[in-house]
Amino acid sequence: MGIISNASMTSVILKALWQTLYMVFWSTLFSVIIGFIPAVVLTLTAPDGLHPQKAVYEVLSFLINVFRSFPFIILLVLVIPFTRLVVGKAIGTTASIVPLTLSAIPFIARIMENALRETNHGVIEAAKSFGASDIQILFRVYVKESVPRMLNGVILLIISLVGYSAMAGTVGGGGIGDIAIRFGYQQYKTDYLVVCSLILIVFVQIIQMIGNFLYKKLS
Amino acid sequence: MITIKNVEKSFQGLRVLKGISLSIEDHEIYGIIGQSGAGKSTLLRCINGLETFDAGEINIDGTVVDTKNKKALRALQKGIGMIFQNFNLLERLDVYDNIALPLKFWGISPKSKESKERILNLIHLVGLDEKIHAKPKELSGGQKQRVAIARALVLNPQFLLCDEATSALDPEITKGILALLQKINKELGITVVVVTHQMEVVKQICSKVAFLSDGRVLSEGKPEELFIMPANKEIKSFLRDGSEQLPKTGVNIQLFFFGEGSEEPVVTQMARELKEDFSICWAKLEDFRENVYGSLVLNMKEEDKDRVCEFLDKKKVHWEVLD
Repeated sequence: MGIISNASMTSVILKALWQTLYMVFWSTLFSVIIGFIPAVVLTLTAPDGLHPQKAVYEVLSFLINVFRSFPFIILLVLVIPFTRLVVGKAIGTTASIVPLTLSAIPFIARIMENALRETNHGVIEAAKSFGASDIQILFRVYVKESVPRMLNGVILLIISLVGYSAMAGTVGGGGIGDIAIRFGYQQYKTDYLVVCSLILIVFVQIIQMIGNFLYKKLS
Repeated sequence: MITIKNVEKSFQGLRVLKGISLSIEDHEIYGIIGQSGAGKSTLLRCINGLETFDAGEINIDGTVVDTKNKKALRALQKGIGMIFQNFNLLERLDVYDNIALPLKFWGISPKSKESKERILNLIHLVGLDEKIHAKPKELSGGQKQRVAIARALVLNPQFLLCDEATSALDPEITKGILALLQKINKELGITVVVVTHQMEVVKQICSKVAFLSDGRVLSEGKPEELFIMPANKEIKSFLRDGSEQLPKTGVNIQLFFFGEGSEEPVVTQMARELKEDFSICWAKLEDFRENVYGSLVLNMKEEDKDRVCEFLDKKKVHWEVLD
């Protein structure tokens, strides 16, 4: 193996790393923003919420479970028409953000629901006793108190999206995981497999460290 | 003034409040005491609309509590501060921001000069000047309750509701919190309503008390009247220490001392005047706010009973023959 092939390996992996960061960043951002809405609805309509609505809670909860139970690889193919509608094409790194986001929404919604509902009920009662409106209780108490817990959930989400993004290779998404499969596994290039795995290990460690640091700082 | 009339409330068919009526005068420290499950916390929550009730009426300074009218309820809640058994502070806010929180709910900027002054004064009042930027997890239970008290006062309420506010604290810390509540009552003229199952709390600070049992008011009055010579069996059993072994022979008479005459040396006078000996087999002194009240049990021969009773009546001492 010469200098040229090493140089090409570096550029292949750098490009793939960039693709992974790109996919994970945007799908995290979109799924957190969109997933926050069902999380709030679930929190408010839960039996211990501000406005218990059994029917709303059960239906939404059921839908989330349904979407969470789809294997990602199936979802990836199933949503191709939708992806085309949103991005204009079904293949490529940008296009793979759509299925990644769709699979992440129910996941992060459930995690944020749990984070929000862990808020001490007594604190909510105290806020009520001072005449706080529901919207004030939602943002100034529920969300405010849950920020560190929700952050933990987002870290969890980022790490699982790194894993999912490996499958995005199926729709030409690229990324480190894709290189590891195509070059490392299918073409028996062990050096690619090792480097890609190392990069993923380091990446996940860094994300987790940042997460832990922020959790401590925020709580 | 808070007037509660025939308030009834059920939780899923279980009647918790069975027609409660009482009135709480301005500037009073009013105690609501009873066993757990008597309905006292529920009653307190009905006053500021945290809980709905099925029948009856609660009137606060001329305004009827109506949980359906959210806007009016919020306005009412602004005038009623509340503290809780578990303090219920926001973990992520420091002392200052916790106290400032109710201001934010009312659109009052906590950064304005008046707000800052108000918050700092309250921090000083509750004695936490050193802890102004501490988070709740760095505070002891007593300190947390002090923050909660300052928070409850930040909107300038006329009433302060305390829901088992000292139940999670040890006796020494409890005394400090009770002294603070008394100070608030005296200096700021705030009417304080205290729900508790602790006799000590009622004895130390309450000027009036209602004894609740099974969703009903069993008795209402000054604590010393209610608890030194309890007429009611249930109150008696609530107060009983359990270790009262009285002599089986002769007659046991319990004497009660409160109000006027409680300082006279009645027992020794009686011994001299009747030329009889008595044994004192049980005695208890209790502090009710600034005053000391007490009762004692005398044992005597059967034949002395009538003379003793006559003497006690003459001296206007309350007594009761025990069986």
